[in-house]
Amino acid sequence: MEQKTLEVRNLTVCFRTEKGIIRPVNGVSLDVPAGSIVGIVGESGCGKSMTARAVMGLLRYPGKVTEGSVLLNGRDITNLTEKERRKLRGAEVSMIFQEPMTSLNPVVRVGKQVEEAIRLHTDCTKEEAKARTLEMFREVEIPEAETRYKCYPHQLSGGLRQRVLIAMAMICKPSLLIADEPTTALDVTVEAQILKLLEQLRDGGTSVLIISHDLGVIAKVCDYVYVMYAGRIVEEAETEVIFRRPAHPYTQGLFRSVASLREGGSTLETIPGVVPNLHRLPAGCSFSLRCGECDARCEQELPELKETEPGHKARCFRTGKEAAE
Amino acid sequence: MLRKKREQLEQAADIRLQSQIGEEERFWFLMRRMARENKTAVISFIFIVLMILAAILAPVLTVYEENDMDLMNRLSAPGGAHLLGTDEGGRDVLTRLLYGARVSLLIGVIPALLSLILGAVLGVIAGYRGGITDTIIMRIADVTLAFPSMLLAMVIMYALGGGLINVFLTLTLVNWASVARVVRSQTLQLKNSEFVEAARVMGVSNRKIMMRHILPNCLPTLLVLFTLNIPTSILTESSLSFLGLGVQPPNASWGLMINTGRQYLFTAPWLSFVPGIAIMLTVLAFNFLGNGLLDVLDPRQKKQ
Repeated sequence: MEQKTLEVRNLTVCFRTEKGIIRPVNGVSLDVPAGSIVGIVGESGCGKSMTARAVMGLLRYPGKVTEGSVLLNGRDITNLTEKERRKLRGAEVSMIFQEPMTSLNPVVRVGKQVEEAIRLHTDCTKEEAKARTLEMFREVEIPEAETRYKCYPHQLSGGLRQRVLIAMAMICKPSLLIADEPTTALDVTVEAQILKLLEQLRDGGTSVLIISHDLGVIAKVCDYVYVMYAGRIVEEAETEVIFRRPAHPYTQGLFRSVASLREGGSTLETIPGVVPNLHRLPAGCSFSLRCGECDARCEQELPELKETEPGHKARCFRTGKEAAE
Repeated sequence: MLRKKREQLEQAADIRLQSQIGEEERFWFLMRRMARENKTAVISFIFIVLMILAAILAPVLTVYEENDMDLMNRLSAPGGAHLLGTDEGGRDVLTRLLYGARVSLLIGVIPALLSLILGAVLGVIAGYRGGITDTIIMRIADVTLAFPSMLLAMVIMYALGGGLINVFLTLTLVNWASVARVVRSQTLQLKNSEFVEAARVMGVSNRKIMMRHILPNCLPTLLVLFTLNIPTSILTESSLSFLGLGVQPPNASWGLMINTGRQYLFTAPWLSFVPGIAIMLTVLAFNFLGNGLLDVLDPRQKKQ
């Protein structure tokens, strides 16, 4: 069997709010095989980031993991204490964020911030840490590493800051890097560079979990894709497969709402409506409210995540074998 | 236009240069820049240094003793043998001013520093931990603030007894609460920022996040609070002395000199005016210097 860096099984996150309990992450299962880039794609508020936070153990009150398990390199990390988790974070699993502008402490030199990360997890002298940091800076292709080492975050451009963050996340050689919208705040040329960097990291043996709403990013780097909607996985397949033959109406809708140069002149479509309020999810398929192909059964029953073809699963009654019947 | 462009270029060069030079060099570089851009801060700095020197060298600088009485020359006007006149006991005002500077500068700086440290640490803990810790610390702070500070200071001084150390403690206990409040509110804001999150992701412990990531970001505010606390401390001490709880006559502190001179305000106004002006100038100097430092030391405030 294939080695898996991350295995998430039936993960459910609950928020107890005034209006009742909501589940922003509802029975999510996903795998990140070793040495691969896996993407989670979905609209704002569909639970992508919440899944990542749950994996990192960074849920804020009142969020709580109520069900399921998270396995990192085969070890169950669902019920670790805060102290055990702290040892894990940075060393075995790291995360980079959307906003490279605000993810660095504005009053500490970037070199020191990266150094702090390595000194937390390994016993090394100041000189070693500095040497290691500079080496890492070169690895993530920060030009003039010596000079940048002494810079404050505001003296660097967005792309450089994101590189610093990646250097910080990667300095202890974690086996998994979670990238939460890593390129959203960057322009396209820098985006391409950062994505290339992520690919290099994968080739260096780190598995990457990318969370994005940008299908372009997913298409470029991911080996396998999960599509999330209202806290559930609605479709999963290899990137090739899902882009060729999207099965779920939601995924199809997502693809249709991407501007394309080839079909010049056609109107850009949107998916009508918004992600439903998690307090008032429909009884059946959570996409039924916005789905053009919805029928009575979709409104009543929740479809299972079923194979539509080998290695391709979708949560819809109207695709695959059942639709054929 | 051209000039503006040139200035921008120079600043850009500054920033480049700064990142290339060492820690110590950088400090002097910033100081030189402050000297170039902010003359008031430089003048203030010189004034403060002179004041400190004068306080230390008081016995050398003066011909009279601090408590030498000369009853023949009571309340003599400034000028002549007594440059700033004499007080009701015929003691030289200039001499007492310099000796008083020792007490007043200490009383201005040390309690301001102590209350800053105490308030900052408690404030950051309250803000970061939240919950019951926050409630306990902030209710104590509320109680402290709800008391008239003078009353509180009197009560503590009565309990502890006189003496300089006790004055320090008292002023610290009176002033920490407002610092704690400000720091707490900044912490609440900062603890949800992404860089704190990023630090947590890297596995940084809570204590380190508080001390290394949150507190340094409060530093500009702390610096301002520090300069604001100095005058408060000097003035509170003067009131305490007046009530017989602080520095005791015949020893001098500026506050005490103002208060004793009050009775002779119409016949010998210099008795109150001279130490009053001294307090005012010192306080102003600390404020200007604080502002100047704030401009150059806070990396975020650097013009880009």
